[in-house]
Parts: sequence; structure tokens; C-alpha cells
Amino acid sequence: MTNTVPKIELKNVRKAFGGKKVLNGVDVSVEKGQSLVIIGGSGTGKSVTLKCILGILEADSGSIKIDGNETRTLQGRKRDVLLDEFGMLFQGAALFDSLPVWKNVSFKLMQARRMPAKEAKDIAVHKLSQVGLGADVADLFPAELSGGMQKRVSLARAIAADPKIIFFDEPTTGLDPIMADVINDLIVKCVHTLGATAVSITHDMASARKIADRIAMIYQGQIIWNGKKEDIDHSGNEYVDQFINGRAEGPIQMQVLKH
Amino acid sequence: MSQEQLIQIRDLVKTKLLKLCQLLGAATLGFFQSTGAFAFFTIRSVSHCIRPPFYMSQFIRQFIDIGYYCLPVVGLTALFSGMVLALQSYSGFSRFSAEGAIATVVVLSMTRELGPVMAGLMVAGRIGASIAAELGTMRVTEQIDALTTLSTNPIKYLVVPRIVAGTAMLPALVLLADIIGVFGGFLVSVYRLDFNAANYVDQTWRYLENMDVISGLVKASAFGFIVTLMGCYFGFNSKGGAQGVGAATTNAVVSSSILILISNYLLTGLFFAK
Repeated sequence: MTNTVPKIELKNVRKAFGGKKVLNGVDVSVEKGQSLVIIGGSGTGKSVTLKCILGILEADSGSIKIDGNETRTLQGRKRDVLLDEFGMLFQGAALFDSLPVWKNVSFKLMQARRMPAKEAKDIAVHKLSQVGLGADVADLFPAELSGGMQKRVSLARAIAADPKIIFFDEPTTGLDPIMADVINDLIVKCVHTLGATAVSITHDMASARKIADRIAMIYQGQIIWNGKKEDIDHSGNEYVDQFINGRAEGPIQMQVLKH
Repeated sequence: MSQEQLIQIRDLVKTKLLKLCQLLGAATLGFFQSTGAFAFFTIRSVSHCIRPPFYMSQFIRQFIDIGYYCLPVVGLTALFSGMVLALQSYSGFSRFSAEGAIATVVVLSMTRELGPVMAGLMVAGRIGASIAAELGTMRVTEQIDALTTLSTNPIKYLVVPRIVAGTAMLPALVLLADIIGVFGGFLVSVYRLDFNAANYVDQTWRYLENMDVISGLVKASAFGFIVTLMGCYFGFNSKGGAQGVGAATTNAVVSSSILILISNYLLTGLFFAK
């Protein structure tokens, strides 16, 4: 498509837990500044894919390239340097409940980059305003916030250190439709402002349509379809059709029905 | 017909035996796997203890948590242990008119044995459980993964401060427990058993050697390491939701208590001189 090196490139990535093969050779790549959404049912390997790229899990084989450099087996200091470029929004927000909101948001700046507290707090308040939260929220603790606000704080934390790559793990799960749309808008806006490369995983098609440039579908540990967002409705792939229309009948049989 | 039956029985025994072998094999593999994982975790944690960066605010929090907040429970345990020790040794020693040895018995038992073991067990219940529950919850809510994505090594940020604080603060706690325990024995002996106060204090000091106190403090340090390490290990590796965290907490407390008792014997043997 282009002659530039993709920002993220996965080739034949495999990962098994004991005898259970979760990733069966994932091939996918994301161009710089693009937003890829990986869709797929529960337990198909979406989260594991992200964790393998981050190095939280080490893939068994295959190649994971960031900016053309192999990173699959990176450890220690080199991994830390690589992770400095990343930001991630976790499904359950994963805010540190022992720290107030502003320390959560500025965590990377203060702990990893040793920024003085006052400067870090100013940045935290600024980032909170970008996700539509006032300065009064900064001194609250995560437990005092609603689910939607926690997600927004977590988004502010993910973008606080101006990452070049952002991952979104089920950004809209557990939110009401309106708040989900607010989060989607924020994601689009933040990714656009930063010019970052984004990878999201979701099973919420409304969210996928909103935040994606490209959509890839994962099924049984493999990417079975990959294309532009506009093409998803006429993909010609019956698995994709079943998933985006949410039908129980089709080639994808839920495990629960078999037993 | 009997031939057929025999073959049937033989096949049945074969499959049963195979199943048994599979079970045994799986259990053995599991055992070595978890031993290996634990050893790897220990080495990784200890090696991170001596490599910067260090997170000072975390260290301070843990030092206060373990050193200061354990003081009441450890002090109370020590006080009553010392008091009971005086009463019990009186009922034993008075049978052969050796009441004079009570002060020595109390101080030696406290410093060499009861101080470190009681404090270790109490801290296992208080700190080991809270570490396992806290880290376990952080694991299941993905906060530990979040640390990694924020360029912060979770072992450095969460495990190292706890282990260092446990290893360093337990001896301090035990030293206080020794003093409080001896004081408890003193109270009972003087006010209940009508000993002469000056005599009792003199007796306490007379046969006490440096090594008695030092061996107790070394034990305390080892127990502090065990408690915090087990708490961190089980918390760090907890799985599932609330149930997983509960199991991690139980495992942390039970295993650290057992390890305290076993290592107590080994360390006593090490310091023992005939």
C-alpha cells in the first residue's frame, strides 16, 4: 500500500497457555497515524494480542515489529524504553485507587520521567480538561468517581505522556450508550490531536465504526478479515457478517452451545 | 467367556493405571513448575532490591505500615507472652525451688524464641494478608499491567519496597517486643509473685548474652523477608476475581506461617552451640 515501514507489524504471532492455543498465527499491521479496531467475540485472543505487543505476555513465536524493529523478546531496560511510547486505556480503567486522580494521570511523568509534582499536576489538570473533566476532580480518589468518569480519567492517564501508540481495551464496555459515545468522541479527538497510532479491541460495533480507520476481525486466534471501515458491511465474509449483525445463527458457533 | 472377561478386566486396570500415572505426572510437573516460578520470582525481586530506580514514597509508606502500624499488635502479644511465661515458669520451677531462675528464663525465651516467632506470626497475619489482598486486587483489576504500560516495573514499584521494609523493620519490632515482653514478666513477678524488683532486674541482665538478642534479631529479619515475599508472590500471581484474591490471602498467611516455623528451627540449629 505504502512504501513506509508500518508502525506496528505482527507476523505469524503464536501464543499458547499450556495446551490451549490462543493465538494461531496473527498477521496484522498498522500504518503510522492510523486507527485499527480489532473486533471479535470473547475469548478469541483480542486482549492477548495487545498484551503480547506490550510485552506483558511474551509471544511463543512469530514477529512483532514496532517501527520495523523486532520487539517480541525485548526485556528489561530496552522494553522500558519501548513502553515509553505507549499509552493504554484498560477495560476496567485500572486506576490506582491509593492515589488521587491527578497523581494517576501524571503517574508516568512523575515516576518514570521524574517530573516535579507542581508541573506534573498542571499537565494532569490540562489533560483532564481535554477529556471534559474539571480541575475539581483532580484531588478526588478513583473510588469517588462514576464508571464513565473513571474511564475518562484513565483516558487522560493514557494520553498524559503524549504517547505515539495508544491501545484501547474495550473502551465502551459497561457504559451507557450516551457515555459510550462521549468516550468514542474523546478517543477520536485525542488520537487526532496527538497524531498517534491507535489499536482498539472491542465487540461494540457502534464504537468500532466510530473510532476505526481499518477494522480487523479475529476468530480462533487468527485475523480472518482486515479492511477499511467502509467495506465492513460488504466484506463477503460470512463470519464478519454474522458478527456485525449479532446473529446467533451462522458459521461461528458459541462454545457454550456445544456442551 | 472367561477369556473375554479377563481381557476386559485387564483393559480396565490398564486405563485406570494410566489415569493414575497421568495424575501423578501432572501433580509432579505442577509442583516443579510452581517451585521454579517461586524461585524465579524471589531472584527477580532480590535482584531488583539493589538496582535503581527506587521509589522513595513507596518505601516510606511500607516502613510506616510495617514498622508503626504493627506496633500495637506485636507489643500486646509480647506483653502477654512475657506475663504468661513468668507465671508458667513459676509453677514449674517452684516445684524444685528454682524460682530464682525465672527472670533468666523469661528474658532468654523472649529474646531467643518468643519475641521473633510471635512477632513474625502476628505480622504474617497482619501484613502478609494485607499485601496479598492488595497486590491480588491490583492484579485482577489490571492495575499491575497498567504499571507496566506506564513504564514502571511493578516488581520495583510494588514488591521491592515491601520486602525491604519487612526485612528491615521486623528486627526493630522484635527488639521492642523483647523489651515489652521482659517488662511483662517483670510486672507479674513483682506484683503477683512478690519478687524483689531490683533482684529481678539484676537476674535479667546477669546471664543475658549479646548473642541471645542478636540471634533473635537475625531470625526476625528472616521472618520479615518470608512474610513480605510470600504476600507479594501470592498477590502478584493471583487469578480470577474475589475468590482468587481470597485464596491468595489464605495461601500467603498459611505458607508464611509454616515457613516461619520451619526456618525458626533451622536458624535455631544454626545458632545453637553446645
